[in-house]
Amino acid sequence: MSKNKPKSIRQARTQWDGLFWTTMSVFGVFYLALIIAMLVADFQFANWSDMSSLLADERVRFSIWLSLISCTIAAILSLWVAIPTGFLLARLGSESMTQRLGQQSPGCRRLFNWARYFIDTLLDIPIVLPPLVVGISLLVLFQTPAGRWLDQRTGELFASLGYTGIRGITYEIPAVILAQFTVAAAFAVRTMRNTFEQIDDRPERVALTLGASHYQAFSMVALPQAWRGIVAAFTLAWARSLGEFGPILIFAGTARMKTEVLSTTVYLNFQFGNLRGAVSASLILVTLAIVVLILTRLLTLGGSSKKGVIV
Amino acid sequence: MISVQQLLLRQGDFELSQISFEIPLNSYAILMGATGSGKTTLLESICGLRTISGGKIWIDGDEITRTPPAQRQIGYVPQDSSLFPTMKVHRQIAFGMEVRGFSQAERSQRVEELASSLDITEILDRYPRGLSGGERQRVALARALSFRPRLLCLDEPLSALDDGTRSNLTRLLKKIQQSESVTVLHITHNVEEGIELGTVHFRLDKGQVRSVGCEDSGDKNTA
Repeated sequence: MSKNKPKSIRQARTQWDGLFWTTMSVFGVFYLALIIAMLVADFQFANWSDMSSLLADERVRFSIWLSLISCTIAAILSLWVAIPTGFLLARLGSESMTQRLGQQSPGCRRLFNWARYFIDTLLDIPIVLPPLVVGISLLVLFQTPAGRWLDQRTGELFASLGYTGIRGITYEIPAVILAQFTVAAAFAVRTMRNTFEQIDDRPERVALTLGASHYQAFSMVALPQAWRGIVAAFTLAWARSLGEFGPILIFAGTARMKTEVLSTTVYLNFQFGNLRGAVSASLILVTLAIVVLILTRLLTLGGSSKKGVIV
Repeated sequence: MISVQQLLLRQGDFELSQISFEIPLNSYAILMGATGSGKTTLLESICGLRTISGGKIWIDGDEITRTPPAQRQIGYVPQDSSLFPTMKVHRQIAFGMEVRGFSQAERSQRVEELASSLDITEILDRYPRGLSGGERQRVALARALSFRPRLLCLDEPLSALDDGTRSNLTRLLKKIQQSESVTVLHITHNVEEGIELGTVHFRLDKGQVRSVGCEDSGDKNTA
């Protein structure tokens, strides 16, 4: 009897383990099935002739090129902001900063922590705001005197460079990039912050004792360790920009051969009752996103989560 | 002479107060103390990695209390060696000279000299990943010595090593301290290690540092 009891407990535990893994798998498989079913339905709905006729359209080819160029510029700008901001946020919350604050009064420490949480929350706003609100906010911003001044100067700058087609920011190509950047940068900042948080700051502190400046410790010690996170942040920003629609619709408009990107092509085709064209444009978007995600996975292959692989 | 006078350091509820001690030039100082007594905190304060609330620190007559860590001329070897993961060993050792603007020829010569003394010539082209504990500590030691510091701070450099490696490195530390003529402040838990290496002995206890012996005076009671 005493021998049978542990055996029955073991059997019951095995059964529960099996049930646990099955339940977890069911939820995962359900979502995976939904994604695959959507893609299959898209591919079944649109045929190759729809796709080729769409690609033959000069306006669609323009929107593909504008999407590729604007997403790349928005992703580069996002990294440009995300690397320093992510590093700052990660190191402000690090053990070494806590040690420094340990010397200060409790009031000072509390104020610092409040400021850090406040900035952190502000940086998340573009992620949680409805996309249309981001677009409206950008539009309103460029109606202020400072916004108008910047709009005008940008137009003059492009004119001096010979691009007379771009007359400013609002409802022009710079508006597409700015709308994409505003949302994509928030995702890139989060990724870079996570990356730097996972990188031990002790080697940077040792670098200081060896004679390095803070900039040298950052650029020679911390930054090379963050390359996988940088690739991940770039990809995320690029993919996010590719799928951006709401802010572009409000802030840049949907002018064909001017501010039309792939996501707006989908919208315009749908709006004019061309469902096959809309699905075909969606499939181009899906294909581009899959290619970028696979490339990123290949580039960051072999890295551990400790090295800041977020994708 | 390394001199710490009335050092005060607060870290939340933890406090080190009125810490005063002196280390003669070119001596090998051992600092012992219970876990959590603040040895690493004290060492990091001397290196400039922690801001102190009061007191003064001098090296060879220069006050360095508010000097940034980069200008203190103190070599630091942390317990976990903290090597730079993306740098090969030779560049890692030359790092302190590179950021100080030494020429390529000077850097190469110094790296070869240190690699030969510390027996790490074979691993100069390797990355830190995959190095043994003893190799990592030797690289960290070479890196800290490369720019000829006025003081070398070692935070339990032998604690994570096996007996054979520990014994080899103990001999190496003694040899290198004499050949480099550098003043050393070495934290350890190991009494034998302290007796074998130290010429001056201190103990950190209840927030106070007291001298417990000097080789010259024949008093080596480190217990």
